[in-house]
Amino acid sequence: MQILERIHFLSRADKLKPVRDAVRVLAQRIGCSHGNIDCMVMAINEACMNVIQHAYGVKDDGEVILEFWQDDEDMVIRIHDFAEKIDRQTIRSRDLDDIRPGGLGVHLINKMMDSVEYLDGLDGIGNMLQMRKRLGVVKTSDINCLHDNAQELGK
Amino acid sequence: MKYPETERQGFIIISLVGEVDLNYSPTARQQILKALNQGKAVLVDLSQVIYIDSSGVASLVEGFQVARQQKQFFALIGVSRAAMQVLQLARLDQVFPIYDTIDAAAAAK
Repeated sequence: MQILERIHFLSRADKLKPVRDAVRVLAQRIGCSHGNIDCMVMAINEACMNVIQHAYGVKDDGEVILEFWQDDEDMVIRIHDFAEKIDRQTIRSRDLDDIRPGGLGVHLINKMMDSVEYLDGLDGIGNMLQMRKRLGVVKTSDINCLHDNAQELGK
Repeated sequence: MKYPETERQGFIIISLVGEVDLNYSPTARQQILKALNQGKAVLVDLSQVIYIDSSGVASLVEGFQVARQQKQFFALIGVSRAAMQVLQLARLDQVFPIYDTIDAAAAAK
């Protein structure tokens, strides 16, 4: 695997927009499709938000490292934090029929990416989320496809 | 920062604009709940939203639930393509009342 970019930022909500902008620039530079760019931006935003809200909580100076790796036709994205280890059993998408605020982030990440793994952090400290996107493949859940299929979805 | 609010045809209309993420969704939530607490029908205009994340969607869901508990009218209008994509992913496009225009919402009220 070859590393493409590494971004460091603090665990603050106002850092999410610069992160999304950086993801778009990188993904455009390596020739990703618009659909894949939107998928990656959404998944990375949701994952970084989970780190800010749940791993670091009220701490707004926690370090977050976002890495982009190229592995043949796959983009591998790793998000490292240095917060307390989270119980991976608690990370799950909510039932979409259970209408309530919150709990959608994991669902969106799983929809947007081809694989999602929660791993131990660097040197056993903190947490690492590794997501993989096959750049040559458009999933049926690709958000551009969803828009095009809006009629079939009942809207 | 405050999102634009207007009163028209008996509605309080809150217009969310730009990128509604964790940095701005608390403002959206606060304005939606405050409008509902005034006892009026509330519309949230999403026509100028170019990005919304799950925290922004959560603000809308909370408004929808509070309105339902208080038996108030709450709907989304002019939902942009970017916002609709996220609502569809969460299957919430089948939950929220959604109208193209204020007039259409007024007709359904």
